[in-house]
This record gives sequence, structure tokens and C-alpha cells, in this order.
Amino acid sequence: MSVTTLTSPALAVRQPGWIVRLFDYKPFLIVMCLAPAIGLLAVFLTYPLGLGVWLAFTDTTIGQRGVFIGFENFQYLVKDPLWWNAVFYSVVYTGIATFGKFALGFWLALLLNNHFPFKSLLRAIVLLPWIVPTVLSALAFWWIYDPQFSIISYLLVDVLHWRSTNVDFLGTPWPARFSLIAANIWRGIPFVAISLLAGLQTISPSLYEAAMLDGASAWQRFRYITFPMMMPILAIVMTFSIIFTFTDFQLVYAITRGGPVNSTHLLATLAFQRGIAGGELGEGAAIAVSMIPFLVFATLFSYFGLARRKWQQGEAND
Amino acid sequence: MAWDSRARRVMMIYLPLSCFVLILLFPFYWMAITSFKPNAELLNYKEHNPFWITSPTLAHIKHLLFNTAYPTWLKTTMFVAVGSTTLSLFASTLAAYAIERLRFRGSPYVGLGIYLAYLVPPSILFIPLATVIVQFGLFDSPMALILVYPTFLVPFCTWLLIGYFKSIPYELEECALVDGATRLQILRRITLPLAVPGLISAGIFSFTLSWNEFIYALAFIQSGANKTVPVAILTELVTGDVYQWGALMAGSLLGSLPVALFYSLFVDYYVSSLTGAVKE
Repeated sequence: MSVTTLTSPALAVRQPGWIVRLFDYKPFLIVMCLAPAIGLLAVFLTYPLGLGVWLAFTDTTIGQRGVFIGFENFQYLVKDPLWWNAVFYSVVYTGIATFGKFALGFWLALLLNNHFPFKSLLRAIVLLPWIVPTVLSALAFWWIYDPQFSIISYLLVDVLHWRSTNVDFLGTPWPARFSLIAANIWRGIPFVAISLLAGLQTISPSLYEAAMLDGASAWQRFRYITFPMMMPILAIVMTFSIIFTFTDFQLVYAITRGGPVNSTHLLATLAFQRGIAGGELGEGAAIAVSMIPFLVFATLFSYFGLARRKWQQGEAND
Repeated sequence: MAWDSRARRVMMIYLPLSCFVLILLFPFYWMAITSFKPNAELLNYKEHNPFWITSPTLAHIKHLLFNTAYPTWLKTTMFVAVGSTTLSLFASTLAAYAIERLRFRGSPYVGLGIYLAYLVPPSILFIPLATVIVQFGLFDSPMALILVYPTFLVPFCTWLLIGYFKSIPYELEECALVDGATRLQILRRITLPLAVPGLISAGIFSFTLSWNEFIYALAFIQSGANKTVPVAILTELVTGDVYQWGALMAGSLLGSLPVALFYSLFVDYYVSSLTGAVKE
């Protein structure tokens, strides 16, 4: 490139503008531009990730440097019913919540893809649950699920007379588990809907026109045009959704803190309880690290399970 | 026939759509109405219709603003959000510029690497990060949050800005280069001004994401004054067995307002960049 020939004589002479000219030297400029981002990520992401894996193999506690103990933490976890409980609920939570978010979010996206007045206003309103801090909306859900003053109980008991007693949403394991899943779905719908709406808008209308001419029904148009065309974007959004649902923390911590009787612990809340609140950094790190295999598996499953179906768009499969 | 298709449209589109809007907005309505309800109405559904307020009161908000450290928490949260947003915008603009505009061998891999960083969830990092923060002597300091939040903001913003830089024609930069402008001049006078919409949306995303962040703020901050709103409400306002629902909901409402306001000012950027980022 011509830049180097322009700058090299200038570098030899130390003029006031030499710093500016140094920035014209491309390799230097590249390094300088990447330094802040890479530096931040290296110090506060890559290094802690490595440190976390190391901690998982030590018996570190708060205030005390630990020693390497091999797989002892993991051997302990495998025998710990609470860890299995958290694994079980994390999988259930992720599975049902992801399914709910995508079913409802896809439906909402299809609805928003129609023409009607105030469309952009509606889109803006629909995104609100995703904008507002999760903990703050979780608190609203906590209040909605209140054992005595739940508005849902009020509707069921006093307005509709479907039940005679209040629902104990958060006091017993399975209702608590489903209450949290419902809150998670509520929060996830907007993001899924808006992302999928973006995908829907990239589908060419001529495909639908051609299908209409061939006499395809609404269901056939969805099944053979919309669905396959949405596969790539579904794969990406679902991969994200699975990762962040599986490692969710705030919602559970804000509403139940893992209770009642530890039935709603996710791996992340269990790791916090043991690692930070309990001071057992090594064990907490081991619980956090134990999420990684599940994450890798879920990511590969969702990404390749969906993205592999490229042949539906007329491309070769693998 | 016309009537039939209109009825069908109502049943298939407007009815489900209204249900969605109702359910998605209800928790906010409930949050708002609880914030202004006097305690007598709040805990008595038999004599008062819970969906409405007969004698609204500002008592909960007053309590929050004058009897708790709420204003301090708001200030801390604002400080942290602005600080981490500025830092992230600075770092990711430069990174996106280098990756998309300076094109070097391996630049796609650097881009991919930064993108992959977004997939590392905070739930895995907070324990080792806590020890790193202690080593740096930053424990219990808002500075820790400002430095740590970029780990999820930078990947996101860089990814978004790469898309924006891609849409700016190369010819503009080449012309300036031919005219003898330095690379830094080109960045400052041509590329950045053209990328302003991208910078705005990256800024809004960063601001809302850092306002929202919870687990790091919970793990790294101990003293009441340095807590961010989400953490403080949960750890300082929830005391004992009798919950102050009025104050709690008022706190949630006030804590949501800054992001909601910020969001509504720039909503078009927000939605378009969200859809744009997904389309990439």
C-alpha cells in the first residue's frame, strides 16, 4: 500500500506531528485499535475463565489460598443430591422456558408481521419486558405470586370462583418451579418475537405469491416457506436463548433464592450460594464449571440441529 | 364476505395480539398501581377493587426517597452505567474499525473471537472474577463494575458496529486518503460521523444492559452506598418477613423509569439495530 511510502520518511524526521504519523503506520494503528478491547477481554474474561477452571480443582475458600485437589470437588458434587437437583431443574427450566418462548414468540412475530395501524408503536411496547431490569420485573412477579395477596389468586377465587383457596405459588416445589418458568417465558418473548420478526421480513413476498397461485393453503405456506426460511435465524436465536436461560441467575435469586427446600436452584444460584455466600470458592467454581459441558452440548444441539436443514432452502446438506 | 374476512381478521390477529399486549404489560401496570396504593387498600381486596386505586398516595415514593438510600443507589447505578458504556463504546468502536476497515490477515478470526466472548455467561465467571477484583483492590468499588461490564458490552457493541462500518462505502475513505488525510483524521472526520446511528444504538444497548446487570453487582459490592438499584432493592429493602410491597414496587418502578425513558427516546434505533443485528 502507498501509506508506508508516505510515512517512512516522515518517521525519520522528528516533527511535531510524528505521533499522528506513527498512527498512519498500519500495523501500529491496528494494534492500538485492538488493544483496549482485547486488553479488557483478556484481563476480565479470558483470564478469569482459566482461573475458574483452575479454582474448580482446588479447595480455595474466601481468605485462604487453596491447593490442587484434583477431581475431589467434582466427586463430591456427583454424590450431592442438591447438585443433581440443580442439574435437573436447570434442564427442565431451560427446556420448557425455551419451548414456551419460541412457540409464543414465533406466534407474536407472525402477528406483528401483519399490516395494521400503530404497528411501530406496538413493536416498541412489546419490547418493554426485555428492556426493564430483570430483577425489577422479577420483584413484580414475586408480588403477583404472593401467597396471600396474589392478584392471580384473587381472580381465580373471588372473581371467577374457580377455586376456593389461594394458590400457593412459591411455597411448594412444583408450583414454584413453574411460576419461575412462566416469569422467564414472559421476559423472553419480546426478544424472540422481534428477532424472528426481522427474519420474517427478509422472506420475499414473491415466494408466497407463487405458492398462492399453486393453491397452497395457509398452513402449507407456513410449513414449506416460512418455517424453512426461518431455520438459520431460529438456530442463532435459540442458541443464544438456551445459553442464557441455562445460566440464568437473577430471576430465581430474586423470586425464590432457590427455595422452597432447594427445589428451584439453578446451577448458577447454587454456585453463588456455595461460592460467594458460603465462602467455598473452589466448590462454587466447580459447580459453575460443571455448566460448561451442558452449554456446549445444548449449543451444538440447537445450532447444528437447526442449521443442518439448509437443504430445505435448496442448498447442499453439509 | 367482507364482514366474514373482517371477523376472521379480528379473531386471528387482533384478539391474540391484545392478549399478548395485556399479558406483557400487566406486571408493569401492577407495579405502577401498587406504588401509589395506600397500605389499607393494598392489603384489602374484599372492600377495594385491587385493579384500581381510590385514594392514590405518594407515601411509598416519599419513604423511598427520604428514608432510604435510594437516591444514592440511583446515582451509583447511573455512574456505573455511564462509565461502562463510555469505556465499551471507546474500546469497541476502535476494535470494530480495525476489524472491518483496516483489514489485516486474521481480522475475521479476531472478530469471531470477540463475538465468542459474548457467549461466555457471567454465571460461569463471577467466582473467579471476584478473586481477580480482590487482587486488584477493587472489591466493593463501583470502578470494579465499570471495568467488568465491558466483558459483555464490548463483544455486543463490536458486533453491532462492524455491521455499521460495513455499510459505509469504502470510496469515501479512499478519497480522503488520496487527499492526504491521516488515518486518524479519516476515522474522526469521516468514518465516525457516518457511524453515528450505530454508535447511538450501541450506546443504548450498553446503557440498558449495564443498568440491568445483577450478578456481578451482587457479588462484588458489599456496602449499601455502592450498590446498584437492582441489587440494593433486593438486599436492602427486603427486610424481615413483612414485605413493604408499596415501597418495593415504587423502587422497581423508579428503577425502571430511566431505562424506559432512554429507550423510548431512541426506540427506532433500538428496534432497527436489533433487527439489523439479527439479519447479519
